[in-house]
Amino acid sequence: MSLVQIEKVYKKFGDLQVLEDISLNVEEGQQIAIIGRSGSGKSTLLRCINGLEPINQGNIHVDGDLVNGQKTNLKLLRQKVGIVFQSYNLFPHLTVERNITLAPTVVKKFALADARALAHEVLRQVGLEDKIDSYPDQLSGGQQQRVAIARSLAMQPKVMLFDEITSALDPELIGEVLKVLEYLAQQGMTMILVTHEMGFAQRVADRVVFMHEGRIWESGPPEQLFASPETPELDSFIRAIL
Amino acid sequence: MLLRDFGHGDILLLIYATRWTIALSLIAFAGGGLFGFAFTILRILPIRLLNYLSSAYIQIIQGTPLLLQLFVVFFGLAILGWDVSAWTAAAVALIAYTSAFLAEIWRGCIQAIPKPQWEASSSLGLGIFQLLWYVIMPQAIKISIPPTVGFLVQVIKGTALTSVIGFVELTRTAQLINNVTLEPFAVYSVIAVIYFSLCFPLTSLSRRLERRLNVSSAN
Ligand SMILES: Nc1ncnc2c1ncn2[C@@H]1O[C@H](COP(=O)(O)OP(=O)(O)O)[C@@H](O)[C@H]1O
Ligand SMILES: [Mg+2]
Repeated sequence: MSLVQIEKVYKKFGDLQVLEDISLNVEEGQQIAIIGRSGSGKSTLLRCINGLEPINQGNIHVDGDLVNGQKTNLKLLRQKVGIVFQSYNLFPHLTVERNITLAPTVVKKFALADARALAHEVLRQVGLEDKIDSYPDQLSGGQQQRVAIARSLAMQPKVMLFDEITSALDPELIGEVLKVLEYLAQQGMTMILVTHEMGFAQRVADRVVFMHEGRIWESGPPEQLFASPETPELDSFIRAIL
Repeated sequence: MLLRDFGHGDILLLIYATRWTIALSLIAFAGGGLFGFAFTILRILPIRLLNYLSSAYIQIIQGTPLLLQLFVVFFGLAILGWDVSAWTAAAVALIAYTSAFLAEIWRGCIQAIPKPQWEASSSLGLGIFQLLWYVIMPQAIKISIPPTVGFLVQVIKGTALTSVIGFVELTRTAQLINNVTLEPFAVYSVIAVIYFSLCFPLTSLSRRLERRLNVSSAN
């Protein structure tokens, strides 16, 4: 079974069909990039994978566990799925260190000393060990986003979801965040990332998924998808972006 | 009836009666805070039935005058065969009143914390109580201080209403003294000063706390 297995998923907000017949498998160690216009359902799909949004039809499994079941333990599931949002969402009243150690100590019952060692380790991976005692509002957007990635990494998830995590950043700060993502990809982290950085998607992703009007319109290896789009929708999307 | 002049003895009597106003206020703060917190949580947990019950309680208390609540507890329970003292009735009614308003104030503060904070913490695997305790409430407390203190000042002044069920606190004592001195200006000026000296420290403490909390998170 694939690490993430999405089968025939449908999702509505009221009368609005937001996801339609979505099927997607992600193997361990794969990196999947999701692209598409604003409003095409990319964020919703990610949020369904960690159970933040319920689905109306179909099934989603992560690491063999059904996400959308009546008896699903979402608390346990979410320890396997990390998610990083466009707006960082760090906890403003806590230091960088506490932002990172909170979930390991409270959810996984790590001893504080172990959680601190872990915080140092994940901050090293994102290159921010020196900011361990800062508060979020003392950091730049790029630094905050790297802390958010570190916070998620500290839960040692099996798969990480990234929702346009560079879109809110000033252009000169995007690079430092993408560098962290590339590093994680090299380490073999399974990830699904929604992005507008086409060059990055091409470099890092094993597979690119183009979403349009709530459907997976086209998908395939990046070279093929970008070089010879099969549908006029993808063609015009790529032209608009490049 | 014998009239006498308003003198030092009367001022002492008033200061003495202030004890009851303070005691009632403290009971209302403590009991109202405790139950108010419980009703806040019931209002917020993702359990419909509890939300409705808690919200019904809050609406009923908020929608009726404190005076009426005092009557209901004092005379209503007596009719049902429960003999309650003025003390008990005053305490019960003030706690009910305070808890409903605090619950509503606190619910508002908790729900004012942006949705992404809830989503980020639940995405990390925190359960509802964990995320409330570690993430939401520390942020909510900061914004809850001014409205909470503002309301507690109302409660201090509201304790005067307990005189209608025979409770002799500060305002009632002032009325009694006025009856025998006929010097309303002097009598009521003194209790105005006393009420002010009870309420003013609270509001200035609130301002100081607010400033300190702002400093510690925003640096
Ligand atoms: N909570 C919500 N309630 C109602 N409609 C929503 C909600 N979230 C998203 N939508 C709608 O669902 C559609 C897909 O949104 P989204 O998944 O955010 O798209 P994308 O991330 O691709 O821009 C949009 O039309 C959006 O307006
Ligand atoms: Mg989106």
